[in-house]
Amino acid sequence: MRPVTEKIIERFFFLSAFISGLITCSIFVFLLIPGLPLFWGGRFFSILTDPWAPGLGQFGIYPMITGTLAITLLTMLFAFPLSLGCATLMSTESNSRLSWLLRKTVEMMTGIPTVIYGFVGIFLLVSLVRNTFVSGGSGMCVLSAALMLTLLVSPTMILLFCDSFSRVPHSYGDAVLALGGTEVQKFLYVTLPNSWPGILAGFTLAFGRVLGDTLIALMIAGNAVQVPGSLFDSVRTLTSHIALVFAADYNSPEFQAIFACAIFLYFFSSILAIAVRLIHDRRRIMS
Amino acid sequence: MKNKGLVCFFSVLILLSVGGVAFAGALETFTGEKGEVRVAGGTAHITVMKEAATRIMKHNPDIHISVGGGGSGAGIKQVGEGLIDIGNSGRKAKEDEISRYGLQMFKWAIDGVAIVVNPVNKVRSLSQEQVAAIYAGTITSWQEVGGEDRKINIYTRDEASGTRAVFWKKALAKGSVAKNANFVVSNGAMKAVVSQDPYAIGYVSIGHMNETLAGVAFNTIEPTLANVQSGKYPIARGLYSNTKGEPVGLVKKVIDYLFTDEGQEIVAQKGFIPVR
Repeated sequence: MRPVTEKIIERFFFLSAFISGLITCSIFVFLLIPGLPLFWGGRFFSILTDPWAPGLGQFGIYPMITGTLAITLLTMLFAFPLSLGCATLMSTESNSRLSWLLRKTVEMMTGIPTVIYGFVGIFLLVSLVRNTFVSGGSGMCVLSAALMLTLLVSPTMILLFCDSFSRVPHSYGDAVLALGGTEVQKFLYVTLPNSWPGILAGFTLAFGRVLGDTLIALMIAGNAVQVPGSLFDSVRTLTSHIALVFAADYNSPEFQAIFACAIFLYFFSSILAIAVRLIHDRRRIMS
Repeated sequence: MKNKGLVCFFSVLILLSVGGVAFAGALETFTGEKGEVRVAGGTAHITVMKEAATRIMKHNPDIHISVGGGGSGAGIKQVGEGLIDIGNSGRKAKEDEISRYGLQMFKWAIDGVAIVVNPVNKVRSLSQEQVAAIYAGTITSWQEVGGEDRKINIYTRDEASGTRAVFWKKALAKGSVAKNANFVVSNGAMKAVVSQDPYAIGYVSIGHMNETLAGVAFNTIEPTLANVQSGKYPIARGLYSNTKGEPVGLVKKVIDYLFTDEGQEIVAQKGFIPVR
């Protein structure tokens, strides 16, 4: 017979999960209702592929989709190896002073508000990029935004990776060492494969955060409506686009296009989350 | 002796209080009021609004006035939807906006929109055709207009900006804007980016000009307050505050305050032209 408190707690957690799920679903419904005219008019897919030129009656979000993808992918390209490396260093050298210093720094960095990064980005990073790459135009570009976002998401990823490394039972590692394996072998063949779920979770979280970040991109990506041709091109992300066009009229086609942006963002992050879940499950079955 | 001292003391007290009343003057109407006023919208208005709000709140701490940005479009929309009490705009509200929301407009200052470059840039004068060509992306190097051989970095404002609306109509003659133009979200942000970027071109409210920016003469006319006032400088507009319906109570007092001598003095002090 389980104690009553346990039952209450169980119900409570179930309710929390249910409410979270409900909110997520209702957000989707909320997005879909105003967005429906786009689907019925058959304009949804043309909106995804058209350019944005309100003056010419074109309200496509294709430039924003490419801008978002460029920034997100570049950020993950920088941030993932960086975080993995940093976490590896911190957990293999867990008793050293360097590791302690790194850990404290990273923990502090997770608490810095996004707007501070954006602000520093405008005054330091953008000038740096502009002065380093002479042909680079204004310095407000894909590269600047990606570098700043790397700084923003890496701390969270590093801490998540470290946690998942430390969750691998010590006895596993000891067994490797007892068999004559080196520290490197222990890390590569035991710790890393066993912390796979945590790494995946960290990656997903960071990816979602970069995809959804508005402020950094709004402040330092330049917000030009164009398909990026190089790392030094100014681009506008879907989220900045929503922020910039939000003040337009409710009934205007501009405003409807915002819903297309939001639906696209929602789909994209859902697909990502589902894909990660599938990979996770498959690996678990295999092992 | 004692009496004399007392008389002295009281006369000083009376003098002080009379002086105080005369000094407070326009703020006296806020005495005894209580409540909150939410202001948002046009970003050119912010300096004046902030100063007015500070003075009012200092006079009577029971009043709380919050001043936000968002752009003229946002100001009109939010006040129309009843989200805020005063919606600022750097352009006249459009006919359909006025009729849909029942807006009341109050124009309390005249402002110019100056074309600006970084002080490092030697270019100080552009014709209307040159400005339009730069923004359209047909002139891409500063060399073509008498500057260094560097790419021109174009900065513009978002759709909600009243500053943009005026600039587009009067400086670009409703011409197109190049695809690679960077967008910033406020007059303050424009100031920050142009003062950082030596090869930038942008435009700000004249009230936001200072030594970190260099104004560019438009068709040889310098963007100064005197030229705006005389009507010589063409890129000018009114600064408006809008309310939904006739303003009442504290909101009315705040708007009235902007039209008092003291309010108009703040307007002039912040670099705009008073309407009275």
